[in-house]
Amino acid sequence: MELKELYQEIILDHAKNPRNKGKCNGYNHDAKAHNPLCGDKVHIYAKLDVNKNLSDLSFEGEGCAISLASASILTDTLKGKDLQFSKKVTDDFLKMLKNKSKITLNSLSEDQITTISSLSGVQEFPMRIKCATMAWHTLLAAIEKKK
Amino acid sequence: MNIKNIKSEFPIFEQKVNGKPLVYLDSANSSQKPRAVINRISNFYETEFSNVGRSVHSLAVKATNRFEESRDKVKNYLNAKHREEIIFTKGATESINLVASSFGEKFIKEGDEILTTELEHHSNYVPWHFLRQKKGAKIKFAPVNDKGEVGIDEIKNLINSKTKIIAITHISNVTGAIVPIKKIVDLANEKNIPVLVDGTQGAPHLEIDMQELGCDFYAISCHKMYGPNGLGILYAKKKWLDELPPYQGGGGMISEVLKENVTFADTPTKFEAGTMQTAEVVAFSEAIKFIEELGIKNIHNHENEIMEYGIEQLKKNNSVKIIGDPKERGSVICFTMKGIHPHDIATILDEDGVAIRAGHHCCQILHDKLGIPATARASLGVYNSRDDMDKLSDAINNCKKIFKI
Ligand SMILES: Cc1ncc(COP(=O)(O)O)c(C=O)c1O
Repeated sequence: MELKELYQEIILDHAKNPRNKGKCNGYNHDAKAHNPLCGDKVHIYAKLDVNKNLSDLSFEGEGCAISLASASILTDTLKGKDLQFSKKVTDDFLKMLKNKSKITLNSLSEDQITTISSLSGVQEFPMRIKCATMAWHTLLAAIEKKK
Repeated sequence: MNIKNIKSEFPIFEQKVNGKPLVYLDSANSSQKPRAVINRISNFYETEFSNVGRSVHSLAVKATNRFEESRDKVKNYLNAKHREEIIFTKGATESINLVASSFGEKFIKEGDEILTTELEHHSNYVPWHFLRQKKGAKIKFAPVNDKGEVGIDEIKNLINSKTKIIAITHISNVTGAIVPIKKIVDLANEKNIPVLVDGTQGAPHLEIDMQELGCDFYAISCHKMYGPNGLGILYAKKKWLDELPPYQGGGGMISEVLKENVTFADTPTKFEAGTMQTAEVVAFSEAIKFIEELGIKNIHNHENEIMEYGIEQLKKNNSVKIIGDPKERGSVICFTMKGIHPHDIATILDEDGVAIRAGHHCCQILHDKLGIPATARASLGVYNSRDDMDKLSDAINNCKKIFKI
């Protein structure tokens, strides 16, 4: 396994310039998690509107490149998306890392699929899978947890 | 045996990791095992194994003798006064829990103070936290200075009439600071305060002589000193062991068991409830022999030289920041890199066969104080060489390449 596949350009870019960082205005759902093994932290903020859309989505956190990139990619991909759809993407993402399956949702753009799939390199680094999945699990927790 | 080619005594180095020779820099986490220790475990199971101290058949006698011979070996190695002062545990963690629990039960009351430091591993804090919850005791933390040390003055300032025990590490597993234990014990003695030393990082690197140090309790993890996993030692002055209540109840630790009452065995058996690690205890003798043959002072000097060379190399790299600058440092180099999280450093180094640890190393209080969530740690054992430090340095440069820094 090549490190280059783990630390792809897209991941380094998201890690160095995370998108949607901070508390989004008017969020009504949030959840946080931390990994005591390495000290990575993530806090997801979501604004779920009456039409069940994630009309705003953001995160706060600190951690390794993989965990920051993963949280950034999550918010970038799902912001503005419908709740059911977001759950489906999350499910597919977690399956991708667990079973090495591919993400093929047709309502995501090719670009978005490439971006999410850039995290699939983590599969080959079992100790780092949690870094990549933490934000996504936290999103699911946030959806269940009204402010 | 010679330190220069000691790697050949450790079978683990015969393999490649990710296609590269293994550069093992995680000995503060756990050391690798010399062939003599590994062989002793299988050989014991093949020829001498049986449960210890219970049956009268020949194998039981053999196994019991080997087990107790190891106790003597440890007693001599630590220069304890009595063989009864050596208790086998599952690790330093259990050794400290034993003291916190038994000493705490008998001697700690509400409002009493336990004096510890900001350097401590969670295993020398959480057991005292239990006591704080159970008894309403207080925990005082001697502050770490900007070099990553805790000095005698910081301890002196916090001692008062309520201080019932001092619990302090011998060497920090993060800053590497060697704590002036002897001075602290002398100070505590004047005030009649017992001292527990978390010797987990001290024992593998320093000469440790209980008569010289004079501490009341000394906790050791055998797996960090070339010995088997799942084994630890608590050295405790006999006067304490005679007085302290047992830690766990079960077989072996009793004298007489009646429906209305139970009396306990004498020390050390009183503190060794249930079936003990047998092969591990027996094989630990080989680990001590290994250390004795090389000489702990030689091991210490060797590691020191390699460590200083490594620090010199890392200091040339302007992206690297070394954590702590203690006057006396023991075989640990913690560092951070600008723009690369320790976890990413550890993954990238691993690709080059360089094994380090990243995280807070079970010292969250210290990391909070330093204001950094995590560090990367290279820690040394007798098998490390200058070449390993060069490979560390090269692998660190590779991190910069991958992160385009
Ligand atoms: C300073 C210190 N104390 C205690 C421990 C706990 O040792 P164990 O997990 O073997 O019980 C460690 C292990 O990392 C340590 O470094």
